[in-house]
Amino acid sequence: MGFAGVDFYQLEGAFSEEERAVRDTVRAWVDEQLMPVIGDCYIEGRFPKQLIPGLAELGVLGANLPEQYGCAGLNNVAYGLIMQELERGDSGIRSFASVQGALVMYPIFAFGSDAQKAQWLPRLAGGQEIGCFGLTEPDYGSNPAGLITTAKQTRDGWVLNGVKMWITNGSQASVAVIWAKTGAVDDVKSIRGFIVPTATKGYSARDQKGKLSLRASDTSEIHLDNVELPADAVLPKSGGLKSPLSCLTQARYGIAWGAVGAAMACYDEALGYAKQRVMFGRPIGGTQLQQARLADMLTEITKAQCLTLQLGRLKDAGTVTPQQVSLAKRNNVSMACDVAREARRLLGANGILVEYHSMRHLANLESVYTYEGTHDMHSLILGEAVTGLSAF
Amino acid sequence: MKIAVCIKRVPDTEMRFAIASDRKSIDSAGIKYDLSDFDGYATEVALRLNEQQGPGEIVAVSLGPEGTQEILRKALSLGADRGVHLAADAIPFDSLAIARALAPELKDQGFDLILFGRNATDTGNACVGPMTAELLGLPCVTAVSFLEIKDREGIAHRELEGVTETVRFPLPAVLSIDEGIARPRLPSLKGIMAAKKKPIETKPAQLGPVQLTVESLELPPERTGGRIVGEGAAAVPELVRLLRDEAKVL
Repeated sequence: MGFAGVDFYQLEGAFSEEERAVRDTVRAWVDEQLMPVIGDCYIEGRFPKQLIPGLAELGVLGANLPEQYGCAGLNNVAYGLIMQELERGDSGIRSFASVQGALVMYPIFAFGSDAQKAQWLPRLAGGQEIGCFGLTEPDYGSNPAGLITTAKQTRDGWVLNGVKMWITNGSQASVAVIWAKTGAVDDVKSIRGFIVPTATKGYSARDQKGKLSLRASDTSEIHLDNVELPADAVLPKSGGLKSPLSCLTQARYGIAWGAVGAAMACYDEALGYAKQRVMFGRPIGGTQLQQARLADMLTEITKAQCLTLQLGRLKDAGTVTPQQVSLAKRNNVSMACDVAREARRLLGANGILVEYHSMRHLANLESVYTYEGTHDMHSLILGEAVTGLSAF
Repeated sequence: MKIAVCIKRVPDTEMRFAIASDRKSIDSAGIKYDLSDFDGYATEVALRLNEQQGPGEIVAVSLGPEGTQEILRKALSLGADRGVHLAADAIPFDSLAIARALAPELKDQGFDLILFGRNATDTGNACVGPMTAELLGLPCVTAVSFLEIKDREGIAHRELEGVTETVRFPLPAVLSIDEGIARPRLPSLKGIMAAKKKPIETKPAQLGPVQLTVESLELPPERTGGRIVGEGAAAVPELVRLLRDEAKVL
């Protein structure tokens, strides 16, 4: 039986027919293709790479970018619903799609030349190319302005040097969007984006070992050792930190929806278990303690659903602010962590097994809590937005 | 080839449902609807035939209330070219009344094949396809589990109890499609967007006289709990006796 979703506030009617159709397609795909393999992938620490062609065929990659580049041209609510459904399966697969669409295709679309767009976007949408996004460095995570990767202009083009860390899709990528300073190390305005085919000499990636979270996702460290690039490798319209940050706003938007999906999966599992599991001669769902747990989960999920829907409508209207995206990412991921943990606890000892999903989601969500702007950084973004005082 | 696929909007089989207060119908509150499962196979067959045999036209036809447009658009998102919505307040239970509304729409339109699902997942009559064929005077093969079309002639397999029957038929023909013939695809996101631009023609359904009506609908009795008749090998004779005399299954 497929996943039925969680809809206590009848939000179904607030989505258009086409938005619902998109959601149902991705939901069915996750049921059919991802759910049968995700447990093994997680245990084995392996991204389900064999699913990429199917995802591409559905049109999931860069789904909100225009049709002229081979994309589906969906609105942002439909895009959000895709992220919700993918993360209902696993945060790792949603991360893959977020990076490909929001962090690789989006910057090429927003800052690239017509030639770059024509060359890369259709192949990224079709899954023939896999992308990664290199901004974070070993010593510059929450403070990307301090990054020390350099791009020196030469007579023939550019030479890149530096190290990038925590890079989703890093090892399997065929192309990387790398952010580097073209000027002095303290010149934040000199940050620009570069399209780097990963087969270029001097580029190497190694898997991040020992992860206890996002195990079904490729996370890598990238080394750039005198990587020589042609002059047209730079994204011509990129300039300053606001360029990569605008990509992160796109990705965080998807995460706000994705977290709702993970929470829905955990709640659904907990509810089903509570009705089935008999202890002291009755289902544990008939006890006050578990009902309080379920009521809290349902309430928080429903609030988060209202939040994402309005956020999506604002984004489609073109009036959304990065701070509004921060609020939703911060709230929803934290909410999902809480829901996953309570679901895991409701499941008792069974909750630690991979055949149930809540603990996998819980472990994943700890990464999601930290990446794409940590929970705390989003607190500071909101704090600054309301007080006008920066506390970074 | 020009292919018509006749599809039906039915309650999603994965939904829990209740019987309405009239005791004759399903309570529609909170019910989600979808394309009937077998009609999904029929649609897939049409799509594959035209993919294999070069361009043609696939017309999805459905009779029913307003929400019917949603399943027509699903067929369009899968790849059908246009839709025909025969509008009716409700879908009658009487298959002949439906067949009489469908037949004039399908007649003289140049269809090479008219496909139906083997049966609708809600009413399960498996009659509308054969009745429509009868009204159109066309050959009809039911419960088709394999299909090959070549030189205006078709070969179909039907899975019967313990035997596969192979049937040869000329085009045009009416076929009802069984499950398992081809795994239905999911609509792609581009397909969903493209469906918005494809035409759906709506006209009132000219239903035939309705002669059959549903008198009542009842849920099967709740299953009672099991009973432990004893433990170990000593319990076997008693178990066998109960299975024979009480349950009457031996």
